[in-house]
Amino acid sequence: MNKPRTLENAYLITKKLITPFLNKYSNGSLFQKIMVGGEKITKKPVFDCKMCGQCILHSTGMVCPMGCPKELRNGPCGGVRQNNSCEIKPEMKCVWVRAWENSKQLKVYKDAILEIQPPVDRSLQGTSSWINEFIKEK
Amino acid sequence: MTSQESISNLQRIISNQQFAVTMELTLPDSPDPTQVINTALEIAPYADALNLTDSTSAVPHFSSLAAATLLIQNKIEPVMQISCRDRNRIAIQGDILGSQAIGVRNILCVTGDGVQSGDHPEAKPVFDFDSTSLISTINHMKNTNTFLSGREFSPSLKLFTGGAVNPFAPPFDFRPLRVLKKYQAGASFFQSQFCFDIERLKTFMGQVEDLSNGNVPPILVGVGPIRSARVAKWMSANVPGVYIPSKVIDRIDSYPRKEQSKVGKEICIEIVNELKEMRNIAGIHIMAYRWESAAIEIVQQSSLDKQARQVD
Repeated sequence: MNKPRTLENAYLITKKLITPFLNKYSNGSLFQKIMVGGEKITKKPVFDCKMCGQCILHSTGMVCPMGCPKELRNGPCGGVRQNNSCEIKPEMKCVWVRAWENSKQLKVYKDAILEIQPPVDRSLQGTSSWINEFIKEK
Repeated sequence: MTSQESISNLQRIISNQQFAVTMELTLPDSPDPTQVINTALEIAPYADALNLTDSTSAVPHFSSLAAATLLIQNKIEPVMQISCRDRNRIAIQGDILGSQAIGVRNILCVTGDGVQSGDHPEAKPVFDFDSTSLISTINHMKNTNTFLSGREFSPSLKLFTGGAVNPFAPPFDFRPLRVLKKYQAGASFFQSQFCFDIERLKTFMGQVEDLSNGNVPPILVGVGPIRSARVAKWMSANVPGVYIPSKVIDRIDSYPRKEQSKVGKEICIEIVNELKEMRNIAGIHIMAYRWESAAIEIVQQSSLDKQARQVD
């Protein structure tokens, strides 16, 4: 889906809906399982979500950076081809070319692409980033 | 900053705003140390520091850390490159400490070419860090004397951290922001991919100047001689991130085969001479793959030897 503004709104609504429940769960709880399942069902088809557990879609133009074969989260590598395709998968448009084009269209998170992202926490793989990230922001 | 306080020779030259010259040392496919040492000794008199690539193009070569040891034993300053492709955060943080012990003071952080580019496409690509998070990790280690885990080490690191930049690859209007992001993350100097397109570089440098309000990070522009039109076409098609405009290839191609290497050097010298005149260019980074004599000629013919630049 290439509608960054719509997806950004969906992100903001999801955040609003989930945040009130964040204090009311424990590890392994039904709430946690529902969140993981919910993310898989919604984000997998829309973003080809890899369930990294630390979603930064709003910082990457609502394009999943884990779809980059090098899993880069801070911008494109130097290997992007002149036709905007990926160095590793020439048949695919560079994830970061898409991220940059789309982030320019965002309203709230337009400049979030400039934030320095820390190394990925691999221990969060498969967990709910809705829980992990929204708790961090609360 | 006085020379006594500088972290490295390269850092001193850059902070003195003298035109810096670095060269890439082609690391061999051989366990024989004499090859590394002899090539390094041949080109070192013409460069402020020598870059040691980390299995470039995803092909295993002599390791950059081991080569750095050999250079330092021979009083040559290395820029040790660290790629994110082959090692995770445990290995890289350990290498940073180990390289300090042998005297490495310049590190260039690169993402690394995909394993598909090399001769082991079946290898596991690591990419635990990306180049920016590697830079910010080194910055964290420098500022806090701790690993990412929070565990302490001492004494503190003396490191001049660099980042890579490619103004010649899309998305062009994001590239200036990316270099400033790396600068903000802790990179103190930059080395670029091969420049064969001065106009593109000028646009890029102008954008960096505007976005940084004139506080342009030191950028050493990558240059190199092309041996022939055939090599130029091959590099364009097969080396990730290398862009050689067709007019450059056509110019080389318009000469007979045996004259093409001379034209390749001439083009490089023309580019270097333009770079010397441009604003905000901190220096050049010469990459002459297995062609050390050409790298030396380029320095001499563009009047960039150490005496002309008045550097030690």
